[in-house]
Amino acid sequence: MDAPSMWNLANPTVFLALARRTLPALWVITIALLVVGLWMGFNAPADYQQGETFKIMYIHVPAAWLSTFIYGVMALASLGTLVWRHPLADAAQKAAAPLGATFTFVCLVSGSLWGKPMWGTYWVWDARLTSVLVLFILYLGLIALWRSIDDPGKAARAAAILTLVGTVNLPIIKFSVDWWNTLHQPASVFRADGPTIAPQLLWPLLIMAVAFTFLFLCLHLMAVRNEILRRRIARLTMIAAAEGDALGKKLTPEMARP
Amino acid sequence: MMDIPHIGFIVAAYGVTGVAIVAMVAVVWLDYRSLSAQLARLEAKRTAKEGSVK
Repeated sequence: MDAPSMWNLANPTVFLALARRTLPALWVITIALLVVGLWMGFNAPADYQQGETFKIMYIHVPAAWLSTFIYGVMALASLGTLVWRHPLADAAQKAAAPLGATFTFVCLVSGSLWGKPMWGTYWVWDARLTSVLVLFILYLGLIALWRSIDDPGKAARAAAILTLVGTVNLPIIKFSVDWWNTLHQPASVFRADGPTIAPQLLWPLLIMAVAFTFLFLCLHLMAVRNEILRRRIARLTMIAAAEGDALGKKLTPEMARP
Repeated sequence: MMDIPHIGFIVAAYGVTGVAIVAMVAVVWLDYRSLSAQLARLEAKRTAKEGSVK
């Protein structure tokens, strides 16, 4: 996208029109991808070691991918707030945080439910699991920060700084399985020497990852739209209150006399 | 189906994911409906006020 069209999107009215036009098609694509991905995943052959239990991978890995991807989106939006002062950047950052927290929660719970039958435990304090838990806590902290500061401008700057500080966790999550001895397996899809998963098992995984990404896109567009509406309501409420005050001042003391 | 080893873990993982996704969609959609209604009310009030001033 070139710079002028990106700045066109900064206009909330243009963004709302774009969301209205694109959301129905995006939802159709998301649902179609989810149906195809799940169908292919459930018809994939059983893993020679893990049997059918590996099918938890089709939700765990896309959720894990989104947990870091959404944080990356928030980091970009934070730069948009602090550096470029893009008018919708803070709305994008604020709207993404609860979605990121939910996908990270799904990643942690599905991983835990996969870990119990495979590792014999729901949880272990190894580098990968702990760094993803830290990411989850970061998301919750950002949501709390947005809610604890009344001034939206100050809240946006504070959240942007905390988000950028938290990006240090992203490479730790990615390389934790290489830097430390962990119970979690090393990367098996994004590797320099290519994926180590058989194509029959890999294709449903890739489709589910794309489906989850589209799901995030739909929910994020909707959530940013909500933020724009929330701001319009706040502005109209303030205008109404100011007009009420002005009317009150006009009425007193002369007009209030009998 | 029920004789698949660890089926409970698979069902629980998919169940939690399904509930989380449905909850996200519902929260965002209900928020949109509530905000749209609130905005429509405020705009109607504002239009009525402007009409009465004229």
